[in-house]
Amino acid sequence: MTAADAKPNALAEIQRQVMWNRLIAVVEEQAQVLLRTAFGAVTREAGDLSAGVYDLQGRMLAQAVTGTPGHVNTMAMAAAHFLTRFPIETMQPGDVFATNDPWMGTGHLFDFVVLTPAFRNGRPVALFASTCHLIDVGGVGFSADATSVFEEGICVPHMKLMDGGHPNEVLFEILATNVRNPVEVRGDIMSLVACNEAGCIRLVEMMNEFALSNLDELGGYILENSRTAALAAVAKIDPGTYRHNMTLDGYEEPVTLMAAVTIGPDGAHVDYDGSSAMSRYGINSPICYSDAYTGFGLKCIIAPDVPNNAGSLAVFTTSAPEGTIVNPPRPAPVTARHVIGQMLPDLIFGCLHQALPDGVPAEGAGSIWVLAMAGDFDDRNAGFNVMSVSVGGVGARPHKDGLSSTAFPSGVGAIPVEVTEAACPLVFWRRELLPDSGGPGQFRGGLGQIVEIGNSEARDFTLSAATFDRLRFAARGRDGGAEGSLGSVALKSGPQFTTKSTHTIPAGDRVVLEIPGAGGFGAAVTRDPQRVAAEVAEGLVTRDAARDAYAVVLTAEGAVDALETDQLRASRSSG
Amino acid sequence: MNVTTKPARQGRLAVDIGGTFTDVALEFAEASGTARVTAKVLTTPRSPEEGVMRGVAEALQQAGLTAADIGVIIHGTTLATNALIERKGAKTAFITTEGFRDVLETGYEKRFEHYDVNIDKPTPLVARPHRFPVPERMSARGEVLLPLDEDAVRGLVPVLEGQEIASVAVGYLHSYVDDRHERRTRDILTAAMPNLSITLSAEVGPEIREYERFSTACANAYVQPLMSRYLRRLAELLAAEGLACPLFLMMSGGGLTTLDTATRFPIRLVESGPAGGAILASHVAAQGGFSEVVAFDMGGTTAKLCLITDSTPEKSRRFEVARMYRDLKGSGLPLRIPVIEMVEIGAGGGSIARVDAMRRIAVGPDSAGSEPGPACYKRGGKTATVTDANLVLGKIHADRFAGGQIALDPGLAAAALRDNVGVPLGLEGIWAAAGIVEIVEENMANAARVHAIERGKVISRHTMIAFGGGAPLHAGRLADKLGIDRVVVPLGAGVGSAIGFLRAPISYEVVRSRHILLDDLKVETANALLAEMREAAEAVVRPGAPGAALEEARSVEMRYVGQGHELPIPLPAGALTPSDMAGLKGQYEARYAEQYGLSVPDMPVEILTWSTTLSTPQQLHQGGPPSPAVPAASTPDPSGWRDLFDTQAGGMVRTAVFWRPDLPLGAVLRGPAVIMENETATVVPATFDAAIDGSGTIILERRER
Repeated sequence: MTAADAKPNALAEIQRQVMWNRLIAVVEEQAQVLLRTAFGAVTREAGDLSAGVYDLQGRMLAQAVTGTPGHVNTMAMAAAHFLTRFPIETMQPGDVFATNDPWMGTGHLFDFVVLTPAFRNGRPVALFASTCHLIDVGGVGFSADATSVFEEGICVPHMKLMDGGHPNEVLFEILATNVRNPVEVRGDIMSLVACNEAGCIRLVEMMNEFALSNLDELGGYILENSRTAALAAVAKIDPGTYRHNMTLDGYEEPVTLMAAVTIGPDGAHVDYDGSSAMSRYGINSPICYSDAYTGFGLKCIIAPDVPNNAGSLAVFTTSAPEGTIVNPPRPAPVTARHVIGQMLPDLIFGCLHQALPDGVPAEGAGSIWVLAMAGDFDDRNAGFNVMSVSVGGVGARPHKDGLSSTAFPSGVGAIPVEVTEAACPLVFWRRELLPDSGGPGQFRGGLGQIVEIGNSEARDFTLSAATFDRLRFAARGRDGGAEGSLGSVALKSGPQFTTKSTHTIPAGDRVVLEIPGAGGFGAAVTRDPQRVAAEVAEGLVTRDAARDAYAVVLTAEGAVDALETDQLRASRSSG
Repeated sequence: MNVTTKPARQGRLAVDIGGTFTDVALEFAEASGTARVTAKVLTTPRSPEEGVMRGVAEALQQAGLTAADIGVIIHGTTLATNALIERKGAKTAFITTEGFRDVLETGYEKRFEHYDVNIDKPTPLVARPHRFPVPERMSARGEVLLPLDEDAVRGLVPVLEGQEIASVAVGYLHSYVDDRHERRTRDILTAAMPNLSITLSAEVGPEIREYERFSTACANAYVQPLMSRYLRRLAELLAAEGLACPLFLMMSGGGLTTLDTATRFPIRLVESGPAGGAILASHVAAQGGFSEVVAFDMGGTTAKLCLITDSTPEKSRRFEVARMYRDLKGSGLPLRIPVIEMVEIGAGGGSIARVDAMRRIAVGPDSAGSEPGPACYKRGGKTATVTDANLVLGKIHADRFAGGQIALDPGLAAAALRDNVGVPLGLEGIWAAAGIVEIVEENMANAARVHAIERGKVISRHTMIAFGGGAPLHAGRLADKLGIDRVVVPLGAGVGSAIGFLRAPISYEVVRSRHILLDDLKVETANALLAEMREAAEAVVRPGAPGAALEEARSVEMRYVGQGHELPIPLPAGALTPSDMAGLKGQYEARYAEQYGLSVPDMPVEILTWSTTLSTPQQLHQGGPPSPAVPAASTPDPSGWRDLFDTQAGGMVRTAVFWRPDLPLGAVLRGPAVIMENETATVVPATFDAAIDGSGTIILERRER
């Protein structure tokens, strides 16, 4: 290279990096607009959304960090599906496209994906897509009880939402007629339109500033560097195939998930051959959603710092036989697909644990518990239809306790009790960590929680148990760590609910939910006795569990009785 | 003058305690007008009042004044912030609704970083054994679902005493609607333990969302004993030195308050330093007649940007303190207090540059600090920092950094840049430095752009006001990136916060959560609530400003029913009329459309939060030395020449260097140029001209677009 070449090359390199940063800022802004204008509590409080930018081939170039992984990776494929139906050369400025097809979007009807082409000087230069969870899509509502997707609500195939800037009022009217909250649904869809529009404007500004006529070179640079970085990360793991399985409650019968992770020169591949057949009910996870959480699980461990785009995600691939619960064909019911999908990272961790004994956490509660509750108000004609979220423990890490009551792998968070109660007559009487729910281990699994909900009015209300799993099969520990506590759903008056259907809480009674705890890491008898004593003092572990699970004996004042503890631990290891 | 002063010399003294330095600014009357001196002394962390007294003495001596000449003292400090970051506050207990003992610990129940399986959530300020549940329950509509169990509260007294609790926070669900249980709890505890410091969540941050309100209450309780001790000691010490004049405290919202209020709500004192900077920028904006301003402050570890419209900085009530993971949102403690809204980026002189797995240059948020500091400090630092890059690019003079206090070594800087960035990326010579500066400027530009957009503003229309040691170095290029045409660098930018304190009004913001559908709101209800809020605000402001006329600014935060994000809509002055009420929906929809480009016509609108700010008049033009008329333009000769990197030219360009103190008022010079001064240097890009106005301020104007 001559000295004269060095200058422009160096400058070009720096500029490409600057533009990459800018592109990430553009999609982050897109996501923020959505967060601020969305109507559903699950989107705005809990962050159930996603936003990204794509090249004209539908390859994702950048994705907002704001959002949740289930959308992150499914979105990677969404734009390409639109292009199949509406080729880029047919798109005009002012066009906006939409779908909520579970197999073409993000796995259930509740998530609308909206796609907007960005134009510069009359020519298409990129595509922006975003998605969020709508309050309602008609059908049976948020429930796993449907036996086909047709019962789950209205499905919008890839369609024009706006045509040259004009709203497709036919589509909006059909939607409005078919959902329970028409105004909010339209508001949320328009929020998706607005956030894409913000992205388009910002992108064109950037292209003007850098005098870019297209994103070809920049896109190539982003995808290639990301792919190289992801491959380099995969190459640090011993090649081979690692297998693991996991059993869950399922709906009508237990579900076994089987995974084989193959680490090879082209990346990491996960195959789910051998997994249970699809359920008759709505807990099936379409392959796009299974792929999303598979990619997320792999990436967490292997390449956490590499940004999400088509280049990095192509290194992590998924396959599953059609007809299994992780690849159900249409018209399978799929509303509560995350019950299965969100368990996949822990399953993959089980595979990777064989290659990276010190590199993966124990199992956690896994899928979030969506508390979809409905009923009537005393003083209004309308009913209420609210959604809250409860999360259990996250698995213990190889060198740290697990996080308590924290969502993993979902990026969705809690909705404040005060916010939920402001929208309906329900009252949360308790939302607190559940003692002894964290799986004992050298490092303890995250604690689950106990939640108690009643109605302040003398009326029944309903609660969908669609997403409540791990009532029968607990989160397992690793390396000798014990399992976390099981979940449970019961009326305060006693009766237990054991199915995933929709339950009625009679007036005056309350529902008591125990959200599962997570598995521990390492043998509990090797845990530092002082930490056990501290957690007894905190009320997170009971004295009985300290003795039984950890073999730690405490004095009447709560201090560690070193002598007794040593003896007890010695007898356990010899016994 | 914002605060009435009696002594003949009308001395007004401002003291800002920062992490490293304590800054003092003193303004006083002279025959020719108002004069100002400043002093900078090292902060004395163990007893900060010592540093204060040293700085005050130095300033008085410089000015030739005595304690009796001082009419008012204004003080701001990072003590509360530091106590939260270092977890060195009081042993605190939290009394809360039974069943909700762990709200502080579970927080948002989500991970602030999705892909790192090893993150930890912020440690609560109050450990679980000190969180006491009490049977009681209020509904969202203010009905008592379960009466307060007063015996349970009484039963806590011996426990609190036994555990030697120094401070208590009380936070019950829905207390923002009705706080009677919180107040009753305080009464019971105070009767038994008169000296106990007690914070009520409904008083410190009466807003919906339990985690954030409880977190705010606990943070206040946690710093209260420490702050109250410190403030009392300081007041005594000042009085002993003859400085018995009124003492006001700077709050994060940009207003001043009395010692009494500061002692009750010390959490409102966090971020007072940056607030002072924003107030100074507002003042400069008013003097220059700049209606839309972005204030840009850059120090050793972070850069801060603040939008100012018509001399009023953007305000907010959401803030997060003590972030513990890469400065990520969610990794700190949320506070709902009035703050001047700023976006903070981990980009300062000490920010460390490296190459990431994607072969990209990444800068910050980790910083080399001052020990070992940037490689060029010669203190053993091996990492490449922004300061190293600036030095190699010719933006900083090796012998004049920090007024010549630290001699820099360009060779060490070049070596660190080469090893950490140049070699890994194959960038030769100065290009590694150029890349680092370009990336850090891009990061700041991105933050500014996003921040403006989130508030429905167009950043390119703004004037940039740059202060702090690092900002003038980067402001020109940042303006280029943002399409901004004017950059202003005021004098005395190194003690900008302290000077800002002198311009702040005495004020107080009272907030109430009253969740109501706009259609259901009666004008009498609104007026009664606003009158009650004014009364509460006046009770705080009046003691500091007896007899002064007070300005009232009121607003409501509204949203479409079902949304989670509100927009503030100002209310007209005086009692509201039915037609005021009728106009609110239209105002909201217009504001919404301005911000998001659409409205949702059929959707009802609701009000969540009401806010009243009562303050003394700002009178911004009279707050400091008057601006003399701009003298005739002159073109001074440079004091030297230096090689300075120019991105467009792709290499070093011979650049004129000027020494700011030598530049006559009215001087005009053409970029590229560097204007040096003790605390910083202003880089004038090739596309800008620089002029020195009548008050010594540097004004950069773009020559052509």
